[in-house]
Amino acid sequence: MKIIQIDKGQWVSGLNQAAAAYRLFGPVKEKEFHSFKPLTNGLQPDLSCLNTRLSPKSIIYPQSEVMFDYSLDERREDHHQLMEIAKDYSPKAVVGIRPCDAKAFVMVRLNFDTPDYQDPYWLRAYESTTFIGLGCEAPCSACFCTSAGCGPYHEEGLDVLLADAGDRYLAKVMTEKGAAFMAAAGWKTAADGQADATLAGMRQAAEAKITSFVPTDNLRSLPNNDLYNATFWEDVSFACINCGACTYSCPTCWCFDIQDETRGTSGVRLKNWDSCMYPLFTLHGTGHNPRGTKLHRVRQRFMHKLKYFVDKYDRGIQCVGCGRCVRLCPVNIDIRRVALMMNGFAASGEACAIES
Amino acid sequence: MLSYAEKIREIAGRLLSSGAVDMVIGFRQGTVPMMNEPHFAKTPAEVGKLVWDSHCGINLANYLTDRKEKIGIVAKGCDSRNIVTHVIENKIKREQLVVIGVPCKGMADKRRIAMKCPGEITEVIETETAITAAGNGFSQTFDKRDVLQHNCSLCIHRNPAIHDELVAELVEEQQGVDRYADVRSLEAMTPEQRWKYFEDLLAPCVRCYACRNACPLCYCPTCFVDESRPQWVGKGQDPSDVRTFHFLRAYHCAGRCTDCGACERSCPVGINMRVFTKKLEKDCLDLFGWEAGLSLDVRPPLDVYRPNDPNDFIK
Repeated sequence: MKIIQIDKGQWVSGLNQAAAAYRLFGPVKEKEFHSFKPLTNGLQPDLSCLNTRLSPKSIIYPQSEVMFDYSLDERREDHHQLMEIAKDYSPKAVVGIRPCDAKAFVMVRLNFDTPDYQDPYWLRAYESTTFIGLGCEAPCSACFCTSAGCGPYHEEGLDVLLADAGDRYLAKVMTEKGAAFMAAAGWKTAADGQADATLAGMRQAAEAKITSFVPTDNLRSLPNNDLYNATFWEDVSFACINCGACTYSCPTCWCFDIQDETRGTSGVRLKNWDSCMYPLFTLHGTGHNPRGTKLHRVRQRFMHKLKYFVDKYDRGIQCVGCGRCVRLCPVNIDIRRVALMMNGFAASGEACAIES
Repeated sequence: MLSYAEKIREIAGRLLSSGAVDMVIGFRQGTVPMMNEPHFAKTPAEVGKLVWDSHCGINLANYLTDRKEKIGIVAKGCDSRNIVTHVIENKIKREQLVVIGVPCKGMADKRRIAMKCPGEITEVIETETAITAAGNGFSQTFDKRDVLQHNCSLCIHRNPAIHDELVAELVEEQQGVDRYADVRSLEAMTPEQRWKYFEDLLAPCVRCYACRNACPLCYCPTCFVDESRPQWVGKGQDPSDVRTFHFLRAYHCAGRCTDCGACERSCPVGINMRVFTKKLEKDCLDLFGWEAGLSLDVRPPLDVYRPNDPNDFIK
């Protein structure tokens, strides 16, 4: 692990050089907000961006991805066969990703890369990508990353962590992938001996700026059924309109749906993002829906993120504290408030009332 | 409007104490600046949480659909018009409701305010006429009239269309408002220009359906985009499917939309899909002299046949 310094004068030329070997993606402002875009035609990543409106998960995990195509034309020899389609898994690099979003990919991997099943689309895309992160100097007020096992300079999931040190970036190179990218960009000046201390100071200063905290310490020990049956879900879910703003903006939400779309005799099999907020998500072929009301669905989202995931993987909550769902929920349902209710459940009067 | 909160609590407390209603639907203080959360109180002890300010833009009629209780509901002009529409469409019974009318002076557009500020807004203070937004190293004060939601700045029905209680004196309605300048500019485009405009407009859509779900008119048990037997619309990001959703959603709102702005307000990616519904709203006004939700006694034009209905569009 070493620290390279990149004079800002070498930033653009380095990126241009790296672009010969990588497809680059970065935060770009369009109209009123930032999103991750391919950096083509001289587009530069806007590193002043606090964070993108939607998470960068779509770079690895597109909202709608064709997996196979097929033909129903029986005159063709390969009719009714799913044919794998060609995809571009050449190296790409995401420049300026925030540490929270990079950690989110590590969490999503838990779902797409298990001993029994590997999702080849997600994995190949992930493995062909280098993540050049940028430490957060000015976390948003709804960010609670330090409560979610993450932080403004968190390194998990990143190949390189950049810190903006005025006239230069300090680049902490953590993986071979990261080193290869730095080499491709031609950035090789080792930072001076102070760089480590500078980075540590910046990290500390950024962490001190986080103002939002969420308690999660009791979640694991709370009985599932008690939480599930808590009476606060009516209060939590009342405002919910069951849209997908929270799940679609979330970097850790991974659920998808598979669809065949046929036109004439040819078609494609698609993998589309899905959302546990949608009634169709759990609708059975029989017509029965085990999560038939919005209370069921809202409860599922929070129980999954703050309880089932905690129990199953024992590595904290399924959330990196990026605050997007807090900022984007049209009706202000706030996961921090729900976490507080869930985590405090054992000590609440409600639990006592149920026991008595 | 700031004094409204106290009056809302007083009315809500009275209605709940007397048993006139089982619940009162209003707003509680939000957890982030310029956001309040739709909320209900079921006992007089809970009414203290009810608030009112310029950040109550969500249409509360959306929370009435098919409810069985007796409900007190806080209603701005637009909410009340959607309540009327709900009653007409049998989604709630008038006698179940005690409408707590809110004479409205318009809701603040949080995106507009955010775009005018140099950094993240962490605190917002409101007076009768101004909104001050502050954050790290800045504090900016806006005249409320300059930062209203677009639909609110064009609104000519700020007072509730129906009410059983009133939280304040009625406000003066805006006069001489040019409500359809944006629609006329769309109408003036060539089909190619318009198509391009729609393409750009809808490009950021992620089909989260916040616009549909925030809308009180969208209460179908299964929306046409969710139907799978048969499946009418593809579920991916194909632009033709995204457009189909938006166009059909708009048509389903024809003659019913009150331009409450909940759809635009709810969109996480800032799409102004109101241009679609406003065109239909304008057509209903031009063709039938109709504005939705103003009376419980008149059937909407698309509900009824009249021999003198305009039919020039059938060629």
